Parts: sequence; C-alpha cells; structure tokens
Amino acid sequence: MLSQESLNQIALEVAKYPAEQKQSAVMAALRIAQSEKGWLSRELVEYVAGVLDMPAIAAYEVATFYNMYDTGSVGRHKITVCTNLPCALMGANEIAEHLKTRLGIGFGETTEDGRFTLKEGECMGACGDAPMCLHNNHVMHVKLTPATIDALLESLE
Amino acid sequence: MTLALPSVKVCSWTQDFDAPASLATYVAHGGYQALRRVITEKIPGDDIIAQLKLSALRGRGGAGFPTGLKWSFMPRAFPGDKYIVCNSDEGEPGTFKDRDILRYNPHQLIEGMAIAGYVLGAKVGYNYIHGEIFEIYQIFERALNEAREAGYLGDNLFGTDFSFQLHAHHGYGAYICGEETALLESIEGKKGQPRFKPPFPASFGLYGKPTTINNTETLASVPWIVQHGGQAFLELGKPNNGGPKLFSVSGHVNKPGNYEVRLGTPFSELLEMAGGVRNGHRLKAVIPGGSSAPVLPAGIMMDCTMDFDSIAKAGSMLGSGAVIVMDETVCMVRALERLAYFYFEESCGQCTPCREGTGWMYRVIQRIEHGQGRPEDLDLLNSVAGKIGGHTICALGDAAAMPVQSFLKHFGDEFAYHVEHKRCMV
Repeated sequence: MLSQESLNQIALEVAKYPAEQKQSAVMAALRIAQSEKGWLSRELVEYVAGVLDMPAIAAYEVATFYNMYDTGSVGRHKITVCTNLPCALMGANEIAEHLKTRLGIGFGETTEDGRFTLKEGECMGACGDAPMCLHNNHVMHVKLTPATIDALLESLE
Repeated sequence: MTLALPSVKVCSWTQDFDAPASLATYVAHGGYQALRRVITEKIPGDDIIAQLKLSALRGRGGAGFPTGLKWSFMPRAFPGDKYIVCNSDEGEPGTFKDRDILRYNPHQLIEGMAIAGYVLGAKVGYNYIHGEIFEIYQIFERALNEAREAGYLGDNLFGTDFSFQLHAHHGYGAYICGEETALLESIEGKKGQPRFKPPFPASFGLYGKPTTINNTETLASVPWIVQHGGQAFLELGKPNNGGPKLFSVSGHVNKPGNYEVRLGTPFSELLEMAGGVRNGHRLKAVIPGGSSAPVLPAGIMMDCTMDFDSIAKAGSMLGSGAVIVMDETVCMVRALERLAYFYFEESCGQCTPCREGTGWMYRVIQRIEHGQGRPEDLDLLNSVAGKIGGHTICALGDAAAMPVQSFLKHFGDEFAYHVEHKRCMV
C-alpha cells in the first residue's frame, strides 16, 4: 500500500525508539503515509498500524487528534494560514481574505478542480515572520503579501 | 562573538556567520569543548548541578522553574533506563525563539543535551519539535547526523565509557504537546493528553522511566554555563533571574524578531530594539510572556523590566518571553475573541471544565464582539474563567482563563461599551 521508499523512511523512524516501543513511530509513519497518498484513508491508517504492530484504533486516535493529519480528501495543495493573534496583528486576516477571494473558497473548503484546499491554522511558532502559511504541511512561506500569495498560487499546479 | 568568549549572546551568537547551523562553525568557535571536558575529566554531576543552581538559570519554556533544582530531582543513581527530553514544541502564540536556536545553533542544543545525559545518567535523549516547522526539523536532523559522524553523539564518546544517543521526534499539530506529560504521551505514539501528576516525570516519565524535560533555550544555555561558570551567567542577568534571555517580539512593532538581552533589561529598551511601535502609534497593551500570560496596559508595562520577578510583580508572567505588542488601533474584544478561539480549538478534551468552559467563553466573547452581548456577560465570563482555572489536570485551563480575566480587569470598559453600544469604541 505504501512505496518501498516510504517503508524505508518508516523503518528509520522505528529505529529511533526502543525495540518494544514501535508505536512511538506512529506520528512519523502517518506523516510519511500522508505525504505519499495525499490524505489518510481508513485503510491507510489500518495499514500503518499493521506495519507498527499496534491496534488500528490507537493509530486512528493519533490521526484524528493532531491537526496536521487529514482524514478526509484534500486538494493537491493544502494552504494553511495562521490567523492567531500575533499573526492577525501583522495582517494575517487580510492575507486570508485575499486567498479566499483568489480561490473562491472559504476555510475548510477545496476548489472544484481539486487543486487547492484552504485551512485556518493555529500558532506555527514563527510569529516574527508573519503573516505566514504552510504549503502541504511542510513548506513555510513567510512575510506574505498579496503579490507573493499570487506568485505562490501560480507556481502550484 | 563566540561560545569561547563570554558575551551576552548565549544562544544567538551564531546568527551572523555564513553557515550558522554547521558543525564547522560551532566547533571553530569553542563548540563541544564543554562536553569534552566534562566527559574526559569525569567532572562529577553534582558539581555541574551546583553551577546550574549558582547560575539562577530558570526554565525558558514558560514556567521559569530553576533548572538546577529540576535536575537534582532526577534519581541519577537509579540503575535502569533514564531519559533526557527537550521540549521544542514551541506553539505558544507569540513565541518563535526555539525555532531560531534549532535553525541557527542546533549544535549548542545537542551539546547541552549530551551534558544533561551525562549528569542525569540518561543514555538516550529525544528532542520533540513543533509540527509546523518541518524544514527546521530537517535542519536539526542534519545537525544530529553531523554530530554522530564527528563522534559527539554515539557510543564511547571521546574514548570513554559514556555513550549518548539523541533523536528528533516531529510533532504534527497540537498545542497541548508543549505540556510536558502530553509531550511524553506523544513520543509514546499516543494522543497528547496530559497525565495526572504526581508521579512527576523525574520518577515516572517516558516509557515509565525517570525523565527530565527542559526547554530548548534552557538546554542550549548549559554548555555556556559549564564553560564560563554559573557566576558569570548569573551576572548576565539579575539575582534569581540568571543570564540573558531570548525575547520574541511580535505584533505592532517596526522590527519584529528575536532579541537576546540580559534579564532585567527595561521593557522600553527592548521595545526600542524592536524598532518601536509602528506607524508612530501609541502603545496600548502588551502580552509579555506568550498568549497565556495576563495582558498588561502600556502604563504598567513601560515601568517593567524584562525578568521573571518584575513581570510577576506587575501581575503577569514572563512565560516563554514572547512579547506581543498592541497599539492603540487594537480592539481588545476582538483580540480576546481570537485568543479564546485558540484555547477552545486546542483543549485536549480530557477535563470537563476546560473542554466545555473554553467553548463557552469563546461563544460569549464572540457575541459581545458581534453586537449581541448581554449586560451580565462580563460577570459570566469571569465566573466561567474562575471555574476553569485550577480545576484541570494541566495548565491549559489556567492558560485559557488568564487572558479572559486580565483583559476584563484592564480593559473592562471596552467590553462594557461593546455590550451597551453594539459596536467598538476603537
């Protein structure tokens, strides 16, 4: 269900923890699985649980507890904007409005062509560089302006 | 500035170099000398703990607990597995200092953790890194590999019988994992829900083993203290508030960013370093220690110095050193509405007062902000906040209550105006 490359990455994560504590790698394994498949389907979570010899329900608990896992389908490009207070003071709401207008969707929605999903995020620990967003959980874009947002959207197919 | 020479820049001195995060930069300027000396000269752990106590280093993650005292709680002679864990799950709104340590000075944290492992008898350590900073996590993973290849991590360090393994654990979006026992649950591959204390982590921590958990900046300060002594560190701050500290300044300032200054520096100087209030506006309010810390009006804040004791005396907390600056254009009701939403969203759901109370407070503030407030709402908010604070397993309940209580205490007029006139006075 996952590529050999993903399984190799999961094995590296498992090796960080004591041999009898494979479950410790579940957060990383779910992240790796999501990165390959786009989102975490029920079958994918069960598969990851099997790789780590843990109950599927325990893996679900993790997949649904942490904000960055997607247990429903998302667009090819998920844009998460932090709107918490420090970011809001530095223009995040205006950036969010610009994104909503450009994409024609609100927070928690996906464009009809499946290209973009827009999400509202909580503190990303980079407030000094606000306003900011995350692209597909892993790439941070900082000090956003309407112009840099437009350039970012155009670069994402 | 280097680690080899004492300077007020304890954690941020590498930032001016071309390759600040590289092992070569760190070693060329005195890096890993403290670790080498401690291990090869077999300096007793008690001596290092004594230096930490002398230094008056207090936890940089928010609680400000004396680090030397925390280390002394560890059953160091206990023969089984023990762990040192670094809390880099930096998600307290306004805080972004540990991110800069990880990306510009990761080796100083690695060295600090290895020294901690030696003193505390831990052969394995984990650094838990905030989910949203994946690129920073990758930088830290690269630094770990560099340190392993150079023999600063691994088996039989410097030809001695001391071995220390260090790994990075990447979070995936949960503010609550900054709470130390939630963080341990998360490393164990579970939901990040805080544990009842006692037992404290020093006796029952990761995998049920004795564990010490410190913040990134705290652990990164350790090599400097070992190198230059506790007294020198103490002298960079003020009594009971040793050393300098990184302050993350955000909001309405001209130059938001991290500033490492002596504890005890006047707030007015820090504000000036950050370029002052932007657009020539007047300062209205400051949250001096991350979003959970009580807000202070400008008049009180301008008389404070930036250290644990001065901010506590003024009725707030130095917390993580996250300074959120608000100018006269800010509607305090709207500001609090956003913070209340954050705690509602991030409550782990375990304790009823927090799970239900955070949502209740958010809905009441929201209706005040949107012109549907009722005259009794201010008392209601204080009542709900008072019933959350102190009634939950972890401090998230208090963290959610304190902003509400302090905004009402200092800016109650604005809330009353919103209720009465159905609009903002700003």
